Amino acid sequence: MRYLPLTDTDRSDMLAKCGASSIDDLFVDVPEVARLDGPIRDLPMHASEMAVERHMKARANRNIAAGDAPFFLGAGAYRHHIPASVDTVIQRGEFLTAYTPYQPEIAQGTLQMLFEFQTQVARLYGCAVANASLYDGSTACWEAVAMAGRVTKRKRAVLSGALHPHYSQVVKTMAQFTGDTIADAQPAIQTEPDLEGLISRIDDETACVVVQYPDILGRVSDLAKVAEAAHAKGALLVAVNTEPVALGALQSPGELGADIVVGEGQAIGVGLQFGGPYLGLFAVRDPKHVRQMPGRLCGETTDAEGRRGFVLTLSTREQHIRREKATSNICTNSGLCALAFSVHMTLLGEKGLRELAAENHRLACIAADRLEKVPGVKLLNNAFFNEFTLMLDGKPTRDIVHDLADRGVLGGVSLGRLYPGVQALDHALLVTVTELTTTEDIETLATELEGVLS
Amino acid sequence: MPRYFTDEHEWIDVEGDSATVGITDYAQEQLGDIVFVELPDVGAMLEKGGDAAVVESVKAASDVYSPITGEVTEGNSALEDEPALVNSSPEEEGWFFRMTVGDTDELEGLMDDKGYKAFVDNL
Amino acid sequence: MNAPNKSGWKPTMETSADGIHSGPATTTGNHALMLEEPLLFEIGHAETTGVDLPDVDESAPRRLAGLERSEPIGLVGLTEPETVRHYTRLSRQNYGIDLGFFPLGSCTMKHNPRLNEKMARLPGFADIHPLAPQHSVQGALQVIHELADWLKTLTGMPGIAMSPKAGAHGELCGILAIRAAHTARGDAREVVLVPESAHGTNPATAAFAGYEVEDIPATREGRVDVEALQARLGPDVAAVMITNPNTCGLFEKDFRTIADAVHEAGGYVYCDGANFNAIVGRVRPGDLGVDAMHINLHKTFSTPHGGGGPGSGPVVFSEALMPFAPLPFVRKDENGEFTLVEEESREATRGHTFGRMTAFHGQMGMFTRALTYMLSHGADGLKQVAEDAVLNANYILRSLQDILYAPFADSGPCMHEALFGDKDFGGGLSTLDLAKGLIDEGYHPMTVYFPLVVHGAMLVEPTETESKASIDQFITAFRSVTQRALAGDESLKQAPYYAPRRRLDETAAARKPKLAWSEPNE
Repeated sequence: MRYLPLTDTDRSDMLAKCGASSIDDLFVDVPEVARLDGPIRDLPMHASEMAVERHMKARANRNIAAGDAPFFLGAGAYRHHIPASVDTVIQRGEFLTAYTPYQPEIAQGTLQMLFEFQTQVARLYGCAVANASLYDGSTACWEAVAMAGRVTKRKRAVLSGALHPHYSQVVKTMAQFTGDTIADAQPAIQTEPDLEGLISRIDDETACVVVQYPDILGRVSDLAKVAEAAHAKGALLVAVNTEPVALGALQSPGELGADIVVGEGQAIGVGLQFGGPYLGLFAVRDPKHVRQMPGRLCGETTDAEGRRGFVLTLSTREQHIRREKATSNICTNSGLCALAFSVHMTLLGEKGLRELAAENHRLACIAADRLEKVPGVKLLNNAFFNEFTLMLDGKPTRDIVHDLADRGVLGGVSLGRLYPGVQALDHALLVTVTELTTTEDIETLATELEGVLS
Repeated sequence: MPRYFTDEHEWIDVEGDSATVGITDYAQEQLGDIVFVELPDVGAMLEKGGDAAVVESVKAASDVYSPITGEVTEGNSALEDEPALVNSSPEEEGWFFRMTVGDTDELEGLMDDKGYKAFVDNL
Repeated sequence: MNAPNKSGWKPTMETSADGIHSGPATTTGNHALMLEEPLLFEIGHAETTGVDLPDVDESAPRRLAGLERSEPIGLVGLTEPETVRHYTRLSRQNYGIDLGFFPLGSCTMKHNPRLNEKMARLPGFADIHPLAPQHSVQGALQVIHELADWLKTLTGMPGIAMSPKAGAHGELCGILAIRAAHTARGDAREVVLVPESAHGTNPATAAFAGYEVEDIPATREGRVDVEALQARLGPDVAAVMITNPNTCGLFEKDFRTIADAVHEAGGYVYCDGANFNAIVGRVRPGDLGVDAMHINLHKTFSTPHGGGGPGSGPVVFSEALMPFAPLPFVRKDENGEFTLVEEESREATRGHTFGRMTAFHGQMGMFTRALTYMLSHGADGLKQVAEDAVLNANYILRSLQDILYAPFADSGPCMHEALFGDKDFGGGLSTLDLAKGLIDEGYHPMTVYFPLVVHGAMLVEPTETESKASIDQFITAFRSVTQRALAGDESLKQAPYYAPRRRLDETAAARKPKLAWSEPNE
């Protein structure tokens, strides 16, 4: 077995040192009922690299990769170009095979990277402090709701109807067990987000209002209005962003008054990977809320010789110390994904991120204009960044997406799939355009869509 | 002004119907460098033996319990900027909060200076 | 070009008073291959970028609802050569499994096979969208289903949830399923029993799910006190959470008896699968009466730790808990097609599901790596994994117990980790000092101060991917540092001397947290 260095001679020498005559002597505490007479049945035996590659490639080849077809999917997971050096850096063994930096003297690489990452995220979000990342955007969204409860000592969260439905589901799943009340809603199918409706649902018991920016239909809301209304009732505004590239073109949620800003960081540096691992981002605008934050935090300090260094800090908030009084049971961050994000963000810089955002928006405007001309298609949005909603005549969009895939086009996300049972959304298609989309791709989608709809 | 001690290492100074609460020198020594103190809100009602504050060192967070029942009237805002006061002056400048004294009978079960010293010596 | 060190910050690394750095001070603060690196924000610029994109056309139409960004973000960029060098230099200040032995108890730092990385990067896995039409991603769904089958077979459990994002998330999944199962039968129970040696996540998870947590005492031999546990069982106990092998490195030999008693009292048995590496391929937790167990793919199944994540924590379930497992999940249909079951079909399948835990279907990038690892090892190789891991740990235990206090050395063989304590250390030296001394010897320290039941605990987990020569060298080094600790060698208090940094001031970091870089006041 190519991964196991002990030889049979080693094994018998070592057994002798342990006073054991066979390996079974070391498993003597396993009760009779659980002892097996050999390798577990119904599983294959060990295999060579070649054989394993063959097996895995056969499965990979059954999938249509995003790069193999005109591709227009988004809704919380985005395909952007990842510079080659990102993967080179994250495959360095010192990053890939390092542990959580609990021994800071030999983990300054990870720690300094996290300090830089926290700074990048805080600035992108317009916040004072960001943590070292959480699992993904949806779990970060729940953690924000939970934190708002700790800060305001209230138990009611108001979710915008235009919050990603999977994010709402996650929040509702968790709230079942914590006793929080979640007031959610369906997205109103209209050109502009229904901010008045949202604001009218905020009351004196509300801990937070959760608004996605840009929202699930691709629309862009003026968060400042919601922030003002929330603050007037003593509630916090939680802004959720699933497409960080958008913040290269739009004002940041923090600038608009959001108190907690969370989101999915996958779009920068991390591939689609069928949904994970992704990167939960979490930041607060007011530094006094830091001790209520979930997750790891890296901070600056000095070593015994006075040199600058970094450590994980404020760890008394965490489960391994506070046990049942912890702010959250999370004991991981998405370290390697945070590194990928940070490397990509370093390559982009201020200039690159703004250019990337402009290019996404430019191509999305071209696509919206072109697709709107297809008979049977209506563009819902007035405003959008790189993602917009089309209302289609005829069949439910779920079937249309299927038909488009058969024609070699991954044409978008059917909102019918995201909102099963909500008839009004059965005919809505969410289309995403990034810098990787070509004008030829847009033309192909327009043509094939016309074919499917006629 | 009488000072009482609890077996959870809080001290309480009682002056009329008002009291000041902190943690003992022994407690700060056990905890090590204090990095943060979470104080109760002014107006909070505390129960004898109930959670009142949290004191954090680098590696541990410990609850501080209220020695008696009463309402919080003031927190020591100096601890916000300088939690190290709990280490340098635990029984004076590093006080935690002031509260009303609801029921003086509750003081009876507490230790005096001598009793607490004997208690600590036995730990 | 970029002007380095905008802030004027310069590392100082002068010859220390103890004479450890015997050469003269250097101008740069570098010591040959030990290279200092400024912060990104001290070397980057707002105008610099490492990607080539079209310039922003200010006159282009915007449809951004008037919310265009007007203020700078405050980011800086580097060109590609600067970027690669920045991160390469940072990487060299890290310890990793690729560099050396990493005996971190309960964390299972084994070799990460590079075939796993290669397979995860196949475009058919790395470049597919979670909401792609299902018939365009059949191979991906097949991989999830295949991995699920492996995990179910290896654990002897009939049900599984693949979506949890990490071990603690899996633990939450298991406890939420237990809560949902009790609720479904109208049996509100309030208490979860957790051994005092448990990892802090266990009580944190149970408390999150709304349970009161009560400790179960341990016996002097380091196992759960079965009599005390049985005496505590009753109609208010929802579940017992037990780690097996336990955090003292011992197999809970009465596990089956405990499980039967818990079931008898109407509760469920949660097994923390953090230590599955000791028994994978040799013992099936299902045979021990487990109802739910999470599996850390980054431990037993070699997906990389990545400096603290991402993890992946699938949960296996007994028949009783299967209906309550979360959405979504993958089903193989009679025609051989794979279906991702999401909210729309919940009624037909898992009517009692407690809901969705995460936006998509789990850590696909970890699934491909873990399945690659399992296929490579096979049933025979995985059994050998457990056996070699356990043999290596026992060899370390027996090679050090004469010099280092081993509280449970007489409790039978250990499993995949050996536990020691700091008894008899001289001169006020502590476990921490010994750990830092090991850093100077070129090792990542073992897990320290866990479990809490042993004073100054040191938990050593060698894993199966170390050679005997590597373990022998570690034992020699460990003995030498232990002898210094027993003798009260003062110099250990200042260790490490040779790492990129000396001991760091964690008190200062926590008192005045500085959690982001800010421009120096000019």
